[in-house]
Amino acid sequence: MAAAIEVNGVSKRFRLNHERHRTLKERAIHFGRRTESEPFWALQHIEFQVAEGETVGLLGHNGSGKSTLLKCIGGILQPTLGSIVTRGRVASLLELGAGFHPDLTGRENVYMNAQILGLKSRDIAARFDEIVEFAGLEDFIDEQVKHYSSGMYVRLGFAVATNVDPDILLIDEVLAVGDEAFQRKCLDRIREFQRAGKTLVFVTHSADLMRSICDRAVALDHGRVIASGLPGEAIRAFRMSLVDGRGRPSVETELDLIGEDEVEQAQIDAAALANREVAVVGVELSHPGDGERDYLLPGEALRVRVRYHAAHPIDDVVFVLNLHDTNGQFLFGVNTDSLMGGMKGVDGDGFVDFHLPAVPLLGGKFLVSIGVHSHDQRTIYDHRDGIGEFEVVNPGRAAGLLHIDATVSQATPEPTS
Amino acid sequence: MAPGSSTSTAPTTVIVPTSSVWAHLVQLWHYRELLVALVRKELKVKYKNSTLGFFWTTLNPMLTLCVYFFVFSVLLGNGIPRFPVWLLCGLLVWNLFSNSMVSATGSITGNGSLVNKVAFPREILPLASVGANLVHFFFQAIVLLGALIAFQRSVAVEYIWLIVPAMLVVLVLAGALSVFLSAINVYARDTQHLLELVVMVWFWLTPIVYPWAQVATKLKENGMPSWLTLLNPITSIVITFQRAIYAQPTYTTTSTGADGVKVVTVNQLLPLEGPWWYLRNLSIVGLVAVVLFIGALRFFTRVEGNFAEEI
Repeated sequence: MAAAIEVNGVSKRFRLNHERHRTLKERAIHFGRRTESEPFWALQHIEFQVAEGETVGLLGHNGSGKSTLLKCIGGILQPTLGSIVTRGRVASLLELGAGFHPDLTGRENVYMNAQILGLKSRDIAARFDEIVEFAGLEDFIDEQVKHYSSGMYVRLGFAVATNVDPDILLIDEVLAVGDEAFQRKCLDRIREFQRAGKTLVFVTHSADLMRSICDRAVALDHGRVIASGLPGEAIRAFRMSLVDGRGRPSVETELDLIGEDEVEQAQIDAAALANREVAVVGVELSHPGDGERDYLLPGEALRVRVRYHAAHPIDDVVFVLNLHDTNGQFLFGVNTDSLMGGMKGVDGDGFVDFHLPAVPLLGGKFLVSIGVHSHDQRTIYDHRDGIGEFEVVNPGRAAGLLHIDATVSQATPEPTS
Repeated sequence: MAPGSSTSTAPTTVIVPTSSVWAHLVQLWHYRELLVALVRKELKVKYKNSTLGFFWTTLNPMLTLCVYFFVFSVLLGNGIPRFPVWLLCGLLVWNLFSNSMVSATGSITGNGSLVNKVAFPREILPLASVGANLVHFFFQAIVLLGALIAFQRSVAVEYIWLIVPAMLVVLVLAGALSVFLSAINVYARDTQHLLELVVMVWFWLTPIVYPWAQVATKLKENGMPSWLTLLNPITSIVITFQRAIYAQPTYTTTSTGADGVKVVTVNQLLPLEGPWWYLRNLSIVGLVAVVLFIGALRFFTRVEGNFAEEI
């Protein structure tokens, strides 16, 4: 099968001009003097192929050349050296709604945008309703885009880009925007693409997303490919490069992937190593308010039921429950060893219940992660970050993270005579 | 999905450091719908929030006409009969040419978000500016039509067909310069300001307000041939419009001398040549325009690879 994308020895050089002479006047003044410019190689001898129907993730810290590579594949930048061959229509989602004009209505922008992406107007007309429905903008499609909220803007952009029916879709971290419902919709759409045998190249900072979506990952560092292979392997190689090279990176956007604390680091590695002999099938959360509200009150009980499937009888097994907040701050961790001194072996389908009689959290969203491993932690059966989530709503006036019972009393000191 | 079956028909794109002009032309043809859409967008955006809408387009030549009429006909007394028709013949085509260049120059830099994030043939952006100005031209032609009905009621029948080649030539010429200038402006941002000055000088070097014959006569008096005026490519186009629509290459004035004798003077406005002479000039300019257009595309192709990093 022919590769959908062939990247053959691609290098891209940028010039970093310390003083940019952007105008004729400046050029005239500085005529004859060489402007100081440093060549900067954003990409160096990049070589890889993406087979038709494959999903490849690009990984790398900020400035590693991921976006430049994506732009080269998309034909927005021309490589300085080497060549790129793409087979089929390429649509790139480097920025959602790029090219939307604020003064035009949603309808007009859909047509404009789809035409820029290479669609004929009769094809757009045929897909128009689908695009609008996907974006959920039926009521606003004839409004000017400048009156849209940023979420609406992004939704429309994604809806158009994925409806132009590309053979190759390039996505640059755009899914981080939009609310959760829409993110899920986007992921569904991406999976649909995969099922339809389309080729995807995908930049994300989320290790989870990379693992769940990509067949293969390519890690970049300083414009070079440092690893290419299974997502887990690439993630590990990428992390090694960070530690070896410059110690801890300081860029906050990569928190998700790089993890500030060792616990998270271990967890991410764990997921890459999971052999799925005991697989976590699902997590059910229940609390006293079930049925009337979908959130917890501070100090309420929570039961976490972990459904699993064991491929064969396994005795050496520990279930771990971890809670994080949405910023990735590790809040609480417990396992079946520490709670009940070890559990019976597992086989086939079953579940483990964790009972938390009083969750002392005050408010916010929290993520439940489940791990399954052997007692010595050498064998990791499964690891699911953020497989469940719950919300605690603070009805009172206390502020902060924890729910702590507090009362107050006042005493008037006896007047001293 | 059958392996390989869809790839055999799908377009294969090879992205290499440079690509050919021919490939660009093919791509342009493929994206012709986008060109139309961009023209429509430019017009829509321009008049979206204005109450007068397209009236503004016609206001410009009407006002220019009033000012020039007052200055040149009333104050300076240049004596050209039906001056409004005369002026509009040249002014409209000049507006098409110059406004195309001016608006195209900023078209790449002004659409930075698009150029930076989406792959499409970028030369469509300056060409869309030309297209939008072509639409303006047709709206402004209504003013000319009004002036014709009010003052003249007829055109030069044996010359009027020259309008078609003249339009084609001016479009290709404007397209060539637009593509070239839009690329230049990415690297030298004050091209726009420089162009405004150039356009101003160029306007007065073109026989729009004054008749061509005045310059030709001055040249002859100084022993120079009149074809020198045609070195300005726009002159060939403007005089064609004037010959075809204004229709009258000369006019006569009668004055009474000191001795009471009536003196009839024949004043020349335009070259006294047949339609083929005009067509020959247009053909030469057209040829130059095509060469310039190919050159501009070639230049554009060479530099566009860096647009996304320069913007």
